[in-house]
Amino acid sequence: MSAAETTAVAQEAVAELEDVTRVYRMGDNEVRALDGISHRFEAGEYWAIMGTSGSGKSTLLNILGCIDRPTSGHYRVRGTEVADLSDDELSELRGRSIGFVFQSFNLIPQLNVLENILVPVLYQDVVPTDIEDRAAEIARRVGLDTRLDHRPAELSGGQQQRVAIARSLINEPDLILADEATGNLDSRTADEILALFDELHSEGTSILLVTHEPKVGQRAEKILQLADGRVASIELGSGGGKC
Amino acid sequence: MLTNSAIRAVQLGVKSLLLHKLRSLLTALGVLFGVSSVIAMLSIGEGGSEQAQEQIRQLGSQNVILRSIKPPEDPVSNQQVRVLDYGLTRSDLERVRDTFPWATNVVPVRQLQQEVRSGENVLNPRVLATTPDYLAVTGRVVGQGRFLEPIDERMVANVCVLGYEVARRLFPFESSVGKRIRIGADYFTVVGTILPRVPLGEDSAKPGEEITGEVFIPLATGRRWFGEIQVKIRAGSRDMEQVQLHEIIASIDIPENVPVAAAAAREMLARNHRNHDYEMVVPLELLLRAEETKRIFNIVLGSIAGISLLVGGIGIMNVMLATVTERTREIGIRRALGAKRKDIVVQFLVETVVLSMGGGLAGVLLGVAIPTYVEWRYDMPTIVEPGFLLLAFGISVGVGITFGLYPAWRAASMDPVEALRHE
Repeated sequence: MSAAETTAVAQEAVAELEDVTRVYRMGDNEVRALDGISHRFEAGEYWAIMGTSGSGKSTLLNILGCIDRPTSGHYRVRGTEVADLSDDELSELRGRSIGFVFQSFNLIPQLNVLENILVPVLYQDVVPTDIEDRAAEIARRVGLDTRLDHRPAELSGGQQQRVAIARSLINEPDLILADEATGNLDSRTADEILALFDELHSEGTSILLVTHEPKVGQRAEKILQLADGRVASIELGSGGGKC
Repeated sequence: MLTNSAIRAVQLGVKSLLLHKLRSLLTALGVLFGVSSVIAMLSIGEGGSEQAQEQIRQLGSQNVILRSIKPPEDPVSNQQVRVLDYGLTRSDLERVRDTFPWATNVVPVRQLQQEVRSGENVLNPRVLATTPDYLAVTGRVVGQGRFLEPIDERMVANVCVLGYEVARRLFPFESSVGKRIRIGADYFTVVGTILPRVPLGEDSAKPGEEITGEVFIPLATGRRWFGEIQVKIRAGSRDMEQVQLHEIIASIDIPENVPVAAAAAREMLARNHRNHDYEMVVPLELLLRAEETKRIFNIVLGSIAGISLLVGGIGIMNVMLATVTERTREIGIRRALGAKRKDIVVQFLVETVVLSMGGGLAGVLLGVAIPTYVEWRYDMPTIVEPGFLLLAFGISVGVGITFGLYPAWRAASMDPVEALRHE
């Protein structure tokens, strides 16, 4: 890799959408879930993606998370064109670059906390030798260090979501994708989780928060409003001040 | 690294299986019974056929044995016939000796009904008048002293050789060699004893047949003292029989010539004995037939075992398909977290193989236990060959892979988006 290219990489967006369209076929009808979205998410930014249900939030999230592909247009993660990748390469990209946090936590019930945090590591070709120490360190950071051998069923919702956040961080991804991460939590626990995101953001992690709750969206640095599969507006959130 | 991840994959598989203990146990039972029945049936079958083959081999696998049998009785003429004359003759013996180039040894045997006694001990063994070659042809071994010698035949000597059992009964506390015993009305000197046949299991003799209850005397001596007419006294009747030779044993030089010799003997006998007062025993033919029987037996066993393993495999596949559906969400999560299709296939395949291998291992244990119990309880010989265990275990792993592939493929081909949305 030449010096010029290295510089180019540094200036690349974490995730870049270019005229992305996603069309679902439902029998004879075509549903345009995303209709020509173009947007750049820069490194270290904290975005909230908002919109009513049916606005294309989930579809956008799936594409940003590389578990779905655009029908047309381009999506690049750190300059890598997703459309060109095989299924295996896409899986690799997900494991390496994306950290998922889901609404329903989505932990694996038969594994304990430490093992759940380490799941993304299982699918990496190269694993640092001190990965278990790092997992414990991350668990400490999200406040779970005393419960490493508990099963998910033995944890509260907030604790489960902390495990999921720890899991999303283990491979040091380029981007954390949180899908209604506080949707299943009471407001106090939700605040704690959002505080954790604030903390991660202040440490330089790029975060994309998908939500339909204005209160949650306001915590982000910037807010992208979706309507009918298009970008309706871009606003500033309250989280900007912390940057 | 590779072994590490393999160990982790197996650990994960075991963990997932333990999540549904009863279900996993019941699923593994199918393979368990399949594998254990394969081993048990093979072991018991092998033991039985080995026993049968050993009995045939003891007759001498290169021998052609001709025997006299009483022809079917003719109820009309029976009243007038005072001496029943039948069976093999000395001219048969000469014919075999002269015309069988493949025969290395031809041994005549006469069987006499005589009482044998020493002091107060009385026995009714088979008294066999034969030639010295009998020993070589039947593969028997001298215990003490010697067997009959050609000189005994020439001298028409009153000597005898005792079978192991007879010697033990007549002289329980001392060596029988050199002692004198009475056979019929005449005194014989014991010159040796012969060992029993290699014992097979506890009692290899068929019921009613005392294999070692034998006394051997020279052919010529037998003829001089006991003649050719034997009187059998039964309740209310006296049967008189004249049989020149009871048995002719022809030992053939190489196994390949046995069928030729057998065919020649068959033809010769058919020509000279129109009343069918003979039978032929060709141990080699019996052996081949026993092997053929065993082959068919194995095919039948194999089919039964195959079917039971097939059923077990289908059970596994059924459960794995249910598991895959049940864990759709987990598959979605793993895919989102970077698992490739291959990883998902491996995960579910490992689970199936662990399941079937667990069943297979338990099946091997049970499969060894059953023949051991049968041998102990029913006194049947069984042979558990290590090959059976490997075969059965290999089959169980094969079943796991075969029936696990489809569910694993189903799991891997799910769309991650759909799988994540699954409730």
